[in-house]
Amino acid sequence: MKLTSFKRALWVFHVATGSCNGCDIEIVAALTPRYDVERFGIRLVGTPRHADVLLVTGTVTRPMAERLRRIYEQTPDPKAVVVVGGCGATSGVFYESYNVVGPVDEIIPVDVYVPGCPPRPEAIIDGVVKAVAKLERLEAGEKV
Amino acid sequence: MADKTFEIPIGPVHPALKEPIRFTFQVEGERIVGVDIKPGFAHRGIEFMGLRRNLIQVLYLAERICGICSISHPIALTQAVENAAGIEVPPRAQYIRVIVSELERIHSHLLWAGVAVHELGFDTLLHLTWKVRERVMDILEELTGNRVDYAIPIYGGVRRDITPEQYPLVREMIRYYRGLFEELADRLLNDASIRARTRGVGVLTPQEAEALCAVGPTARASGLRKDVRQDWPYLVYGDFGVKAITPEDYGLAPQGDVYDRIIVRLLEVAQSIDIIERCLEEMPEGEITSVPKVPALLAQLKKAEGEGIGRHEAPRGEVIHYIALEAGKEEPVVWKVKAPTYSNLMPWVPMFRDQEIADIPIIAASIDPCMCCMDRVYIVRDTVEREVWKEELLRLSWGKTDRIRSRIAGRSLRAAEAEHGGA
Repeated sequence: MKLTSFKRALWVFHVATGSCNGCDIEIVAALTPRYDVERFGIRLVGTPRHADVLLVTGTVTRPMAERLRRIYEQTPDPKAVVVVGGCGATSGVFYESYNVVGPVDEIIPVDVYVPGCPPRPEAIIDGVVKAVAKLERLEAGEKV
Repeated sequence: MADKTFEIPIGPVHPALKEPIRFTFQVEGERIVGVDIKPGFAHRGIEFMGLRRNLIQVLYLAERICGICSISHPIALTQAVENAAGIEVPPRAQYIRVIVSELERIHSHLLWAGVAVHELGFDTLLHLTWKVRERVMDILEELTGNRVDYAIPIYGGVRRDITPEQYPLVREMIRYYRGLFEELADRLLNDASIRARTRGVGVLTPQEAEALCAVGPTARASGLRKDVRQDWPYLVYGDFGVKAITPEDYGLAPQGDVYDRIIVRLLEVAQSIDIIERCLEEMPEGEITSVPKVPALLAQLKKAEGEGIGRHEAPRGEVIHYIALEAGKEEPVVWKVKAPTYSNLMPWVPMFRDQEIADIPIIAASIDPCMCCMDRVYIVRDTVEREVWKEELLRLSWGKTDRIRSRIAGRSLRAAEAEHGGA
């Protein structure tokens, strides 16, 4: 993958759809000085309407499914969805429950999966970089 | 003058909230006059799933109730099961459990401090606290193999020993945090803007804290000396004489506001460091588990019958697990979890009263809420309003018909017998 510099700052919206907080704190850890993704211009924003990338954590609970769908629709194109954590990707340990309707890709299209319980901040950063690559291909007019 | 009350809905997805929950605030102008809280968005049905899995699988599920308290829930669960099944825990394992849970308290309180100052708009301090927090994350990774979700406790002990090479690393961390304490305290407690935004904000009086059953730092900041490690000592906490910390220990009268909650959590970081240091000095050599083989453990748990309670002082307050086991069953018959945020939910109501809208984020954050811990199903019995569903009515009706029919049938049978007998 050739990625020398980003064309622009990347804004990320984080949505927790029934996660255990494990991935969520690792996302914050990725933003703070040890890993410091803000040096690349990656930052968390307060609304999906400003976001380029959605970071989704957690398996999807029944009440959050509709909200997740709406957040996805509110995010302007071109956009990329990164699922952080094993339970967002496959539901993980949360199977056979009456209130789990996930994994995330049953609800919205997903571009990048970051496995791990929880993934390390380095892995989350790698996932976001893969999402950037997709966005740049989209913006160049390629079909992905 | 505003004579109208407006409603402001916040959540379930909102930048001030990292986890889903919904608040509905009633406001008059800038003043909050009431709040309604709707939790349940992070409810995954963990207890339900737990009743369909064997106890070892339940342990991994318990760990994933909450990623921040990822040793508190397993510690409470293992104690409950050990209670029920009568399994002993070797002393060394008890020390290791205490060390990891105190490391967790350090990382959780530093995490909270960062989040709290972020809610105030002081991001420099957020980055400072999270930078120093990485040190304890390194130690957790060194000792357990993972930064979050440590998988350390197992029924009857722990899964990993602390090796002699690791002792100096932990001691180094202790020195690092001791050297840092003054600076952190100065930054958090002597900053004029932090003080202005937190003193007298989100007040919870001791009476309210007691009446609403607040737990953990939320209760202690209101002056209640309430701590499971002090009141019902477990593991090796009894030997250490852990005392609940209130703002009085900092030389200030407790006011029960957000500032006091910062003080309590900061002092608890220092307390945890002291506990870890003592553990390292006093930890005896020996076995780390009483039942090393997992199949043997499963077999023993399958034979166990009885009920048990496990409680632990998590960073946010008391967590309780109740478990009931039946002989011949691998899975528990009952598993009930009560997380600290559940107790700290109602104290939000008096905290928000008469505060400004701009104070919502810091007050919400001040109890260190954890929705994924809290979102359990609670069934409330003996309420005044009770809905009777059509199916239930039908079932009652059919049951009555059955009873009457069998009585009638019995009588007619006897009557018939009498007739036949008489003939």
